[in-house]
Amino acid sequence: MTYEFLEHTADIKFVARGKSKEEVFKESAMALKETMTKGIEIKKIEEKDIAVEGKDYESLLRNFLEEFLFLFDAEDFILSDISEILIDGFKLMATVKGDIIDNYKLTNDVKAITYNEMYVKETDKGWESQVVLDV
Amino acid sequence: MGITSSIGCVKMEIKKISEYEWEIPKTDGMNVPGKIYASEKLIALIKQDKSLEQVSNVAKLPGIINASIAMPDAHQGYGFSIGGVAAFDMEKGIITPGGVGFDINCGVRILATDISVEDMIAKKKELLHDLFRTIPSGVGRGHKEKLSFEELEAVLKKGAKWAIEKGFGNEEDLNRCEEYGNIVEANPADVSQKAKSRGLGQLGTMGAGNHFLEIQSVEEIFDSNVAEVFGVEKGKVVIMIHCGSRGLGHQVASDFIREMENKYGHENLPDRELINAPINSELGKKYLSAMNCAVNFAFCNRQIIMHHVREVLKRYFPESKNHLVYDVCHNIAKIEEHSVDGEMKKVCVHRKGATRSFGPGRKEIPEVYREVGQPVIIPGSMGTFSYLLVGTKKAEELSFGSTAHGAGRVMSRSQAMREIKGEDVKKELCDCGIDLEAGSLKGIAEEAPAVYKDIDEVIKVSDGLGLAKKVAKFKPLAVMKG
Repeated sequence: MTYEFLEHTADIKFVARGKSKEEVFKESAMALKETMTKGIEIKKIEEKDIAVEGKDYESLLRNFLEEFLFLFDAEDFILSDISEILIDGFKLMATVKGDIIDNYKLTNDVKAITYNEMYVKETDKGWESQVVLDV
Repeated sequence: MGITSSIGCVKMEIKKISEYEWEIPKTDGMNVPGKIYASEKLIALIKQDKSLEQVSNVAKLPGIINASIAMPDAHQGYGFSIGGVAAFDMEKGIITPGGVGFDINCGVRILATDISVEDMIAKKKELLHDLFRTIPSGVGRGHKEKLSFEELEAVLKKGAKWAIEKGFGNEEDLNRCEEYGNIVEANPADVSQKAKSRGLGQLGTMGAGNHFLEIQSVEEIFDSNVAEVFGVEKGKVVIMIHCGSRGLGHQVASDFIREMENKYGHENLPDRELINAPINSELGKKYLSAMNCAVNFAFCNRQIIMHHVREVLKRYFPESKNHLVYDVCHNIAKIEEHSVDGEMKKVCVHRKGATRSFGPGRKEIPEVYREVGQPVIIPGSMGTFSYLLVGTKKAEELSFGSTAHGAGRVMSRSQAMREIKGEDVKKELCDCGIDLEAGSLKGIAEEAPAVYKDIDEVIKVSDGLGLAKKVAKFKPLAVMKG
């Protein structure tokens, strides 16, 4: 139940780990949030429901994370936490909490979620993902 | 002489061809060789990340012509390396969002003024602060007032022309933009609602990351004839604006990566980010059209920002005059005519972190510059020199009319955050007489001069090989970062 950032020349790369698929997806979202907020604490004021689909776990994760970039640009919403998440096959539903970005001074732009070096896999200890963010 | 470079787990053979030319010989699965234009110093840096592997991956794509090329400022990207250039056959070839990048038409323009460096130095601190307050930067909400969907669609169709129609500039500005600031083969219906929603509030905003606005002095002129044609004079001030298509462009790239993957599958690709579609397929054409919409958005974005810069300049220097020198794209795919096996042929050129560098006579160059070649703008990193160059016939022979686009990163963001303090960078710049306004000190550390390759070395290779020839050198006086 954690994530860590790795070296990458131009962009941001992280590995997330969890006991279940759901946990590793949630931790991946938390790593994305950390990249966008750089430690600024976000209040849980607004709630949003997210539903995305993929054709494998990588595309599902990519589509899930991309949703937060969309909410950020189009609905001025920044993620704080994920209160519920359920993965059924390659479909994901989640309830997320966060706040309107006007209330914070955020300076880190994430342009896109890339497939570069991306994986989602089951390990001896649970699940693990790796993602490179284009920033 | 063969040098084996260990790149991750991939061993890659590279051969030195001449002082500034290196080759990855055509091996398994590659349709053409890889070609890297770099000095010994730069190739050593390029070998440190996965750039060479990415150059060879691109060589495996169908319909690629001559070579998969990397510019002197190449570094690891996703799909193509940054600084990657490749041209594809219109019949057998492909188009790929991985050869353009997420920040479609990230680019640079230069506004030249008749303000002297001395006059600017006296007022620059205040002026910079004013620019920082006037032009939205950083991330997220750009404007309180968003465009309507109809207005946005007009922007996607008309590019910088839309801005001129709304009074943000003059007709002459359009004459001094790549593509005249407007690619007409752009249908807003090909852009998703999602992408449009992301763009509604972001027109006229800089964004964050490596985007910047810089007040610079013309420090040195290398070619006085061409400098005169470009209207750049030693001892005067220029303003450089660097930004792109913001969330709208990012979403267009993401949408088409997904659509192409759904249609063609990614199983046989060397890298999932190299997903592509045949150029003449329905999806290939749709991507080109949507990408052109994002290109237009970025042209319009830089035009509006430049208009705000002019308004601020007017407040401090009411008598001063200025003109746009040129606006260049750094991330784009375009249908252009090039000589292939001695015959002029239409091809699809991808430039990802590379600048078009057409020489004298090309019809794409605005009439004012056609006799000398197009202006090529290569910004340095924060606090270092930037350069104005001129396109060449040689570039058309060597690199489908392309050259470098900047210094190219050499240190990761996380390493920069660990090793460099924003305050120290600000102080160092201040000691060099460079003012700085930025959204955050952390952002400054991530973009500090030390994280980039030596811009002078990149220019040396471009000029030495003749990919673009030096015209003028600019020194930063004040920097605004998102």
